[in-house]
Amino acid sequence: MSEVDRLKELRRMDMETPAAHAARVFATRAAAAGLADVAYTTVDSPFGPLLVAATKRGLVRLAYPNEDPERALQELASSVSPRILEAPGRLDELRRELEDYFEGRRQRFEVPVDLALTRGFTRKVLQVTVRIPFGSVSTYRDVATRAGSPRASRAAGNALGSNPIPIVVPCHRVVHTGGGLGGYTGGVQRKEFLLKLEGALA
Amino acid sequence: MSLPPFSVFLEEHRVLVYRFLVASVGREHADDCFQETFLAALRAYPRLRPDSNLRGWILTIAGRKAIDHGRGVRRRPLLLAEVPDRPDAATAVPDGEPELWRAVRDLPPMQRAAVIHRYVLDLPYAEVAAATGTSEEAARANAKEARRKLRAALEGAR
Repeated sequence: MSEVDRLKELRRMDMETPAAHAARVFATRAAAAGLADVAYTTVDSPFGPLLVAATKRGLVRLAYPNEDPERALQELASSVSPRILEAPGRLDELRRELEDYFEGRRQRFEVPVDLALTRGFTRKVLQVTVRIPFGSVSTYRDVATRAGSPRASRAAGNALGSNPIPIVVPCHRVVHTGGGLGGYTGGVQRKEFLLKLEGALA
Repeated sequence: MSLPPFSVFLEEHRVLVYRFLVASVGREHADDCFQETFLAALRAYPRLRPDSNLRGWILTIAGRKAIDHGRGVRRRPLLLAEVPDRPDAATAVPDGEPELWRAVRDLPPMQRAAVIHRYVLDLPYAEVAAATGTSEEAARANAKEARRKLRAALEGAR
């Protein structure tokens, strides 16, 4: 066997397992040392696995299972920082809070949020929405008014529809003035589920 | 066009880099060099141009780390965080053909990198050149000279 054939032998050896392990060790260490601008993981929920991502300032993204996780991460890479690693540690507290929330033991989230993916009127609307208390609802008109544009109900609806952090920024608590539930990311049945969980809907 | 998330970049290149390092520095040092390679990459990543040759870039860094390792550059512990458990020994890659790999590791760095890129990683010479920072011609010459030395070493060992 020539020296080249013998070198080629190494092509056939399985490197996937040790490489995957080394990559996991790397991501964990680098994130713990503060070198990841964005850390992400998935957490279970009644809707299925949620992708959650946090910057050093707070939770920046929560994506429902029907959203393409690769696209969500690519958007973070383009808009926030490409220094993104899969590292659950930074999201441990959120994981606990979400679990408590879905089991009815928690009424408010303590983890800070980072609205880095939003700007302008959308950000204002979401800042107003964060303050709507558990168990109550507000209207698109209310939210628009408190965000400084009383006549911008429709724009407020669009802003809520693009909420990058659903559940934690409770856009499900905003409904139509006439009592209709309005729209929701991935279907109104999710909105209904959350409002029932909170006791705001019979 | 923008850079992929580092997690995607890591996943796409981890096997290639790991294989390169096993061939360059051996199983027992591949893990350390892997950590250093991606740590250096992570630090520099946001400054990288989105249209860069990412594979060439990470192999260039890995090549440098392999050279540092060969020079016996002693590294301080990189990061002090908790290290997850190692997988069990069954997953470790055996270091077969000890005399071949000893001969590979004895090659001058550029020849070693060229022969590993070409024959172990199966990269075309254009990419070998990109990863070693040379012309394609020089990459060919390096790989050729490496093969000659390996052949001589293996015949001598018989």
